[in-house]
Amino acid sequence: MKRRAFIQSLGAATIATALPAWPQPASSTDTGGHRLLILIALKGGNDGLNTVVPFADPHYYKLRPTLGIAPDQALKLTEKEGLHPQLEPLLAAWNARELAVLRGVGYPEPNLSHFRSMDIWETASRSNQTLTTGWLDRAFGSDSKPTRGTLDAIVVGTDETHCLHGGDARVITMADLGQFRRQAQLLGTPPSVVPAQASLRHLLQLERTIRASAARMKAAPQFKASFNPDPFGRAVRTACDVIASRDRVGLAVVHLSLNGFDTHIRQVATQARLLKTLSEGLMSLRAGLKELGAWHDTLVLTYSEFGRRPKENANAGTDHGTAAVHFAIGGRVKGGLHGAAPNLANLDNNGNARFTLDFRRIYATVLEKWWGMESQDVLGGRFQPLQFL
Amino acid sequence: MSKRQAHRQGFIAIVVVLWLLGHGGAVLAAGMGIDDARHLLSRTGFGPTWAEIRRYAALSRTEGVERLLDESGTTAVTPPPDWVGVYPPPVAMRTLSEEARQRINQERREQSLQLVAWWFAEMRATPSPLTERMTLFWHGHFTSALNKVSLPILMYRQNVLLRYHALGRFDALLHEIAKDPAMLRYLDGAVNRKARPNENFAREVMELFTLGEGHYTEADVKAAARSFTGWSIDWQNGSLCFRSLWHDSGVKTLLGHRGTFDGDQVLDLLLQRPETARHVVRKFWREFVSPQPDAAEVERLARAFRQNHYEIKPLLRMLLESPAFWTPANRGALIKSPVEFLLGMERQLSINPLSDNTVLALSSQLGQNLLNPPNVKGWPGGEDWLDGRTVLLRRVVARQWSAARRPRPATTRTKQPGQKPVPLDEQPLDFEIQPWVKQFGANADWHAQAERLLLPLPPLRRPATTLPPIQYVQGLLLDPVFQLK
Repeated sequence: MKRRAFIQSLGAATIATALPAWPQPASSTDTGGHRLLILIALKGGNDGLNTVVPFADPHYYKLRPTLGIAPDQALKLTEKEGLHPQLEPLLAAWNARELAVLRGVGYPEPNLSHFRSMDIWETASRSNQTLTTGWLDRAFGSDSKPTRGTLDAIVVGTDETHCLHGGDARVITMADLGQFRRQAQLLGTPPSVVPAQASLRHLLQLERTIRASAARMKAAPQFKASFNPDPFGRAVRTACDVIASRDRVGLAVVHLSLNGFDTHIRQVATQARLLKTLSEGLMSLRAGLKELGAWHDTLVLTYSEFGRRPKENANAGTDHGTAAVHFAIGGRVKGGLHGAAPNLANLDNNGNARFTLDFRRIYATVLEKWWGMESQDVLGGRFQPLQFL
Repeated sequence: MSKRQAHRQGFIAIVVVLWLLGHGGAVLAAGMGIDDARHLLSRTGFGPTWAEIRRYAALSRTEGVERLLDESGTTAVTPPPDWVGVYPPPVAMRTLSEEARQRINQERREQSLQLVAWWFAEMRATPSPLTERMTLFWHGHFTSALNKVSLPILMYRQNVLLRYHALGRFDALLHEIAKDPAMLRYLDGAVNRKARPNENFAREVMELFTLGEGHYTEADVKAAARSFTGWSIDWQNGSLCFRSLWHDSGVKTLLGHRGTFDGDQVLDLLLQRPETARHVVRKFWREFVSPQPDAAEVERLARAFRQNHYEIKPLLRMLLESPAFWTPANRGALIKSPVEFLLGMERQLSINPLSDNTVLALSSQLGQNLLNPPNVKGWPGGEDWLDGRTVLLRRVVARQWSAARRPRPATTRTKQPGQKPVPLDEQPLDFEIQPWVKQFGANADWHAQAERLLLPLPPLRRPATTLPPIQYVQGLLLDPVFQLK
């Protein structure tokens, strides 16, 4: 859907409230134009309760008789909450006040299907509304986005994301920068005709973006930072390689994925492995971007289709849930706890926690405070930005 | 056939004939002709060869569709790997030593590669490419993935099941797949029991396999999950077993009906809903016709699909004979899947692939890792097949596979960072341009014929006919239009 059609679909009431000015970034010289957002999709639905553990809450251990993480195992952030032990590398960012923990994240009338809920997150729709464009695609299509480059976003790896679907964002997907540059050189000349087939127009648009981006990117730099040899570590490395050319191409978004969080069975080992991969990857990213001088202009956000059910199931796993925990990390992030932890004594009819923080408030924070742009027409309504920036 | 249906089919026939007349009498007299035959075969197979196209060109469209349906099969012609005959005794992985565990995992990895290689071999060798296209279609619809199922033999058995019903009846396939051990494992049905219902299969069967999203409630999911309890796996032989103690025989309310439903009754309720046929027909449309299903046509086909008791052949016949399938506006409207792209190039250039492992690795890197779909929704397909990375990789493959001299193993780039290079243990066979050009006949304008064979639409960057033949062909393969079907 094109932006105009989207705005029309919002209805008159929303348009009427879309008039107030949005806050400008604090400094006049700082337009937010070169600020980078790195999104990390935790696919499958990460279990928030065992990511940030409410070890002082007796309900937690009642709901999690075998999966519960003992108080002495959790890495204490406060007197009530602590990180999963495999997130130990994140303590460096926490101690530097660069890690914000966003709690109780969800949305009204939660949908528990992986695909539908991921679509809701990635298109920033209401639960009962289907949008065909991603929230970031609409942001890049918005008149208030301060700067546009040759390339808006890079998706690293082989996973698709709906966040950037829609045709307004200029996106390429790559696994490796060197390979990308070599192959782009061999593209033929651009044809002069505009073909009738949508499939062909899609292909030609990809070719154009590839040509223009590759022409501006420089070769991968050497890093002192180390990167794990697993797929996520390699993706983080590719992200750093590309970010080294961010000013040349105007890059604003990098998207990474980590798969496997759908832990219906034997959750302990799987989640431990994934959180270790995640936290080590995040710290490689932080080290790499510091070397590039980009960390101060970077905001990293995790997201996932949903959290998991507080009560563990009979297979030493957890089923699809709601309110989740997410991380915001970056050189300018105001570290600390944000939002309210879900109340485990007051679960909904499905046995799920009630959300306390609408995920679209996180997006509003990115759009308004990070990029200094209007958020209402992108998000289809007014969402109060948070204080983590 | 009802009077109404007969009337409708008669009407379609008239439309088709009128359309044909508009395209010249020569086509009528000599059958559907080269371009139509190419269209029919590339939409229902894996890159047709010139010989296949010529055979079908002599038939009328109706005869061509009929032959495709008549020649479909229910079993593979390629012998499977030996190990599929013997179910491995169950092992408690947790009790094994690290070394023993690794040995078993290594064996499973090798078996899964052999299994995918076997399927690729079958797709090449089958006398009915449509049968394999439909088997692959159902694999993307009733998804299961080896990475969760973990036992290759169960995925083999599921593949056999999908092929057996590939052009049979959808209702029978739904009932069978719901009891298929690989599916019971993939969507956790095997651990769904009365005391602790697991909703995974119940949700996906409604959202993805039958009704589609938005046509059921969370309460329906819970009721269906209770109904499916008890269908489990006997791990001694890897077959379905019903555990009556696990079954919840209480009263459930599902889609407005009340009863002590079991799993089969739930499936029958889902098959009674008109949404199910619509959902499946839309998927067929996107697979065979165009990315945008026509609502009125979907309704017509879905009604017939239900009236025909979910028989797949009549649905395919109606779809392939519909005006929308043949209209010029939909030629080249679909993007080739990685499997169609790779096997199609092998077939159309009459080359042997570098090696099984190379082809499997490429297919996976292009986004179609057979037996391991990305998630339970299967491969999204369409424009999602192509992005900044896969566009470039497809070009690399097209350039390499059409080279007069195959690259030496050491210079072949099918390796991702951190992975072992794919061994090329096979003697490379070059693309032999001279016999390939001769297939078009001594007097024919082979440049034009090669274009008709390889491209569904005129090229955007037509190579000069003054180029050496092999470079001319390569130019066609590197044209964006080669990615379409």
